[in-house]
Amino acid sequence: MTHFLNTYLPNVVANWEGDNGFVVAIQQTLYMTFVSAIFAGVIGIILGILLVITTDDGITPHKAFYTTLDKLVNLFRSIPFIILLAVIGPFTKLIVGQTIGPTGALVPLVIGTAPFFARQVQLALVEVDKGVIEAAEAMGLSPIQIIFRVYLKEGLPELIRSGTLTTISLIGLTAMAGAVGGGGLGNMAISVGYQRFQNDVTIVSMLLILVLVFVIQGLGDFAVRKLEH
Amino acid sequence: MVEKSGIVQLKNIDVTFHNEGKTIEAVKDVSINVQKGDVFGVIGYSGAGKSTLVRVINLLQKPTAGEVIVNNQKLTELSAKDLRKARKNIGMIFQHFNLMRSLTVFGNVEFPLRDSKLTKQERKDKVDKLLNLVGLTDRANNYPSQLSGGQKQRVAIARALASDPEILISDEATSALDPKTTTEILSLLGRLNKELGITIVIITHEMDAIKQICNRVAVMEEGKLIEEGDLLTIFANPKKKLTKDFVNTSTQISNVLDEVKESGIIDTISGHLVELNFMGDVTNEPIIIELYKRFNIEANILFSNIERLQGTTVGIMLFDLEGEQNKIDKAIQYLTDLKVNVKEIDLTESEGK
Repeated sequence: MTHFLNTYLPNVVANWEGDNGFVVAIQQTLYMTFVSAIFAGVIGIILGILLVITTDDGITPHKAFYTTLDKLVNLFRSIPFIILLAVIGPFTKLIVGQTIGPTGALVPLVIGTAPFFARQVQLALVEVDKGVIEAAEAMGLSPIQIIFRVYLKEGLPELIRSGTLTTISLIGLTAMAGAVGGGGLGNMAISVGYQRFQNDVTIVSMLLILVLVFVIQGLGDFAVRKLEH
Repeated sequence: MVEKSGIVQLKNIDVTFHNEGKTIEAVKDVSINVQKGDVFGVIGYSGAGKSTLVRVINLLQKPTAGEVIVNNQKLTELSAKDLRKARKNIGMIFQHFNLMRSLTVFGNVEFPLRDSKLTKQERKDKVDKLLNLVGLTDRANNYPSQLSGGQKQRVAIARALASDPEILISDEATSALDPKTTTEILSLLGRLNKELGITIVIITHEMDAIKQICNRVAVMEEGKLIEEGDLLTIFANPKKKLTKDFVNTSTQISNVLDEVKESGIIDTISGHLVELNFMGDVTNEPIIIELYKRFNIEANILFSNIERLQGTTVGIMLFDLEGEQNKIDKAIQYLTDLKVNVKEIDLTESEGK
């Protein structure tokens, strides 16, 4: 086994441990993915809910608010991520005190992902049966109770599906953030593998990212299957 | 006649929608007064505004003008919080059941009880009792997707009853069900009305549903209430054309008249076709024999429909009378004296209804 690794993946073995090694890169990718997923998740769910309830036939319609939020979400979704990384540098510094490294990547990752997820949440919740919402209103539930007991409960399988999709696209963004100083497996693939002509490093980085994607997809599918009746 | 103020009073309700520059008057100046213990039916074709009207009762639809008074409370003047409290006293069931997919049957019925002060055990007992009431005890742990339409509506009924409402609104609750299930659901509603004393407002487009359980009927057409009264009066003596249509589709007499016209039997008929409408004791008289004995008239029955509504017999018959003209006139007089409503039918008319 060791012989095999040394023969075919020499640079991977050489770069496995240490400050710039694979172990650290994996940790950084996981850190960037999950921390920004949590923040983007919370922000996205809040924005998505606001979009659903303030739309014309929502439970608390508010045209001006809806239109503004809707436009903002579209605006932020339209900025290419690689440019967003550069543009919001000063803001990032203000929030987390640094613009490089995995922590410096968190702010652009959250800002790049939250609007996308907000739209996914909106689409998921809009699918919740209008009749059930009406029944809940007829039972005397308040808007807050309808959000938590009906929208989030009935929309949960669809929310998890969107969350899985968003997390996977987030992993893609961490790789991009990595390439411009965020660290992680993306950085490994580009600055070590690609730029130093160590193809085995690039390939293994990619495979590790794919493993992460499959694990998340699998968990998401499992949760949806458990929840759907 | 001044009616005493009922448990549900809608006064001069207007509902107007504005949609893309167009104004739609869904409900125009409708007033209804439902007494406690009534099973009040609102019938009309789709688009007549009955669904909008019934949603005004719990303010799911805010009226453009008019007053909504439920249980002596002016709902139109309540704060959002008080309105939510008032809504717990008005249960509602829907055409498409509107159950939570993510909850079991038990969970769905328990849903409205979440904020009640009941202990966990009391809540469970209550849900069990409700499921027993609608006959679904053995389905408590199933999900709605595993149930038939009729069973889903039973769950919805149990859920609507969970907050002990005094009023139950049924919005086309049987329209998505087959005839047999419809009858079962309606008889369940009728039973709830009798056993729990719950006041029921049902809207439907089926006269049969009204006939089965309502004691009072309102007919709606194009947003207006065109006729209202107790079931027997409406059924035995409909005034407006639409009301007659509904009654006719229910008794099927219109089909028979069409058939008589088309089949050519018309040529063999002496020409004295009469439609008899009657209710109550008349049905005990041996009319046909009397007609023959007294007037030497042979009455040939082409159609007959006799049913019991609210414990009273109501009948409709189509006779072909054979005999001398003056005797026939006397016979009709005799029937009228028996309080039978006699209508001579001219089959050459284009419209037999």
